[in-house]
Amino acid sequence: MARQYTLWISARRDSGTGWFLGALALIIVVVPILNLAVPASSTFHISAYGLTLVGKYLCYALLAMSVDLIWGYCGILSLGQAAFFSLGGYAMGMYLMREIGPRGVYGDPILPDFMVFLNYKTLPWFWHGFNHFWFAMIMVAFVPGLLAFVFGWFAFRSRVTGVYLSIITQALTYALMLAFFRNDMGFGGNNGFTDFKDILGFDLHSDRVRVFLLVLTGIVLGASYLVCRMIVSSRAGRVIRAIRDAESRTRFLGYRVESYKLWIFVFSSILAGIAGALYVPQIGIINPSEFSPINSIEVVIWVAVGGRGTLYGAAAGALLVNYAKTYFTSTIPEAWNYALGALFVLVTLFLPRGIIGLVSGRVRKPAKTQGFPVPAEKPEQPVK
Amino acid sequence: MSKSFLRLGAQWLFLLLLLAGRGARPACAQSSPSDATFVATLGELRDASFADKDMIIDKLAMSGHPNVRAVLTALAEDRLYSRNDDMKVFIVKTAAGEDTTTLDLIDPVTLKSAGPAPVDNLNKIGTNNHLRRLLQTTLAQYGLSSPDAAVRLDAARSIEADLDESNVQLLKQRIAVETNSRVKKEMATGLALAALDGSDEQARLDAIATLRSSVRQEVLNKLQSLVATSADGSYAESDEKVRNAAAAAVKSVTHWRTFYSGVETLFFGLSLGSVLVLIAIGLAITFGVMGVINMAHGELMMLGAYTTYVVQVAMPNHTEISILVAIPAAFLVAGFMGILIERSIIRFLYGRPLETLLATFGVSLILQQLVRSIFTALNRSVITPNWMSGVLQLNDALSITYNRLYIVIFTVIVFAGLLVILRRTRVGLQIRAVSQNRAMARAMGIRSEWVDAMTFGLGAGIAGVAGVALSQLTNVNPNLGQSYIIDSFMVVVFGGVGSLWGSMVGGMSMGVVNELLEPYAGAVLAKIFVLIALILFIQRRPRGLFPPTGRASENQ
Repeated sequence: MARQYTLWISARRDSGTGWFLGALALIIVVVPILNLAVPASSTFHISAYGLTLVGKYLCYALLAMSVDLIWGYCGILSLGQAAFFSLGGYAMGMYLMREIGPRGVYGDPILPDFMVFLNYKTLPWFWHGFNHFWFAMIMVAFVPGLLAFVFGWFAFRSRVTGVYLSIITQALTYALMLAFFRNDMGFGGNNGFTDFKDILGFDLHSDRVRVFLLVLTGIVLGASYLVCRMIVSSRAGRVIRAIRDAESRTRFLGYRVESYKLWIFVFSSILAGIAGALYVPQIGIINPSEFSPINSIEVVIWVAVGGRGTLYGAAAGALLVNYAKTYFTSTIPEAWNYALGALFVLVTLFLPRGIIGLVSGRVRKPAKTQGFPVPAEKPEQPVK
Repeated sequence: MSKSFLRLGAQWLFLLLLLAGRGARPACAQSSPSDATFVATLGELRDASFADKDMIIDKLAMSGHPNVRAVLTALAEDRLYSRNDDMKVFIVKTAAGEDTTTLDLIDPVTLKSAGPAPVDNLNKIGTNNHLRRLLQTTLAQYGLSSPDAAVRLDAARSIEADLDESNVQLLKQRIAVETNSRVKKEMATGLALAALDGSDEQARLDAIATLRSSVRQEVLNKLQSLVATSADGSYAESDEKVRNAAAAAVKSVTHWRTFYSGVETLFFGLSLGSVLVLIAIGLAITFGVMGVINMAHGELMMLGAYTTYVVQVAMPNHTEISILVAIPAAFLVAGFMGILIERSIIRFLYGRPLETLLATFGVSLILQQLVRSIFTALNRSVITPNWMSGVLQLNDALSITYNRLYIVIFTVIVFAGLLVILRRTRVGLQIRAVSQNRAMARAMGIRSEWVDAMTFGLGAGIAGVAGVALSQLTNVNPNLGQSYIIDSFMVVVFGGVGSLWGSMVGGMSMGVVNELLEPYAGAVLAKIFVLIALILFIQRRPRGLFPPTGRASENQ
């Protein structure tokens, strides 16, 4: 009860939260109406493609939020977040592949098409259980969480920090990408999973299911936001921010820095996994290129553009950059890479607090503690 | 003045006389009587049956004419034709392909060009399998007495495939007068192989003793056939002494072959490691010395590779040396781009490595798209000069490709050059000073901003040079850099940030481990293992193999 009260208070105090949840609610109400109720001939009609696109953006927003949680609040710049996203996606994909059943091209009741094609005789052991939806849902959270736990346990205990952590997370996702590209792994090689038929018996290609998935994604995003918000405004959240700003000092004050980092990292990886699981049924494909290091770095730029250290900023950044990407790549594809590149450079140089920092001129707290540390105050800054 | 002119004139005159004499020689040879018989015998080939050709070839071989070898080689390679107009026999320069319409003729007597002729007017002198084998042996016999040791070696090898009585006799003759030790050894191997099939026990044991020192697959097969058991469990070879000796020899030959294949793997590992070192040392400077995470490093390599391509296009008649021109050009192009990046972006971000990572990643996207806009996304082919292709055959079990060898040498040179710059030049001294203690260096009057630009330019320039090497190894396309960036970061972190030697040792050991794993796990899995091993290693030793020490390390 008390916890809810705090949450409500913090939501009231922080107008950003209100705006964010309001906008999200608007999206998940208006977009379905525009798809289902508005006739296809109308200019306001949103096609299935449009639905998928919005759903994709929302998944990306959730992914961006998971990065912001560890980067913006704990100072852990993971360049391997896409790995957790993809693992969640693969877990969902495995369920969807099993769900196809005998309707595949080869008609094998148990083995997915690619296994028949690759001459598998029996189902590999790690595919067992994925015919149950509940099992797949557990795996969506468990697999990324376990990887993050093992990886983080080693990394944080050995005090691998900063750039080093970024580089090894990048190596991790790169290694996973190479591994998933192999046909022998039992994950479909470079084709990955596709041609999904339905989910829990509902046809994935029908607009109603698409709308449902979109709304579900929106709700999950909103709920995740509230949970993240709760975490960062709790006592533990303060410690996590203290770790970001002065890790050694926090440790000397007696906090177990490693444990805090580890749990926030695991939680963030689970969020990323859920985002991936929501992404796959809407997009209809998952393949190893989702693991590619560039994807993880792109997520980081969404967060940087939106404004790190503000959860809704990260989500807004993801929506904005991805909308821009869709727009540019369809109109002037050449320009997109220039624009994205320039975005990286300009945001880093001129907008250390992102667009949110630009918009919310009326920050109540001084930037020093609320946002990301202002560069000039960093002690490492060389004297010029 | 006039004296030297005279001397020059005399030299020219002498040269002219010499040339004239050369030209005249075949002319007088043409009048010798044996040429007439030679041409006549050649003419017989035209309408002869295969059985007759057999005899004609023997006849030609006996004639002792200096051009017999050339003619028989041409016959073996389907390059001997008769012209329909005048029924003369000619050698053609290159064998006819699917859609050849004219062939360049060579006169068999003078071995000079006799002009082109349309294919319709020519008739190939055909051979069959039997004739080709006969030709091969005949040519080998010729080859054994060639003045060129390499030709003799080849001849000795090819004669081993066909060890009949006459060839054995020939080998025995030639080995007595052979001076080159390698050729002699090859002949001895051939004789030993022949002796194995004999019945004299002592000769066979001697032969096995000779064969022990060989590492060739054929010899191993032969020896293994001596110790093999047939289906019913009895030995194929009845003589026990021979069998035991052969078993020992098999062991020894196998041992050496394993050794040499180990050496080869090691070399492959070193050459792969050299590539890793090459792509990493530029980064070791920008990352290690300056603390800048330069994600555009790969794209600077790509610029180097494209510079190689542009230089090659710019000097189409000098493909052999264009790559040598490309090295400094790539250094300058990439170095200049590096300085540009440093001055416009990175200098505002010192001390904030994660921000440099994001900003330079943006730069990498822009550079990629820039190259894609200019050169399109298609692969550009960079020609490998002739002196870089081919194989260096060290012995029968160990061969090294030249391009791998050159990569190793090139890496060592670049590395040494970098060490010299950092240790022996003024700019190197300043770079080290600024990286160790910026404030103090500034107090000593070092222009730290200029040094920053130079340092970044140096790192970027070396990336460009690495790009020249990569252009010889992979496809030159806009994504070239992306595929190497993670490797190069892993090398630097593994070796220890700030330590050039660390990058060297780290890269080389990564390369060797990768090559060692490859036969068991395959290329991709080996790479995955190496990455995982590195991740685990960094967990245990976050500062790498050679951790930075001293004041500079405290800022990390």
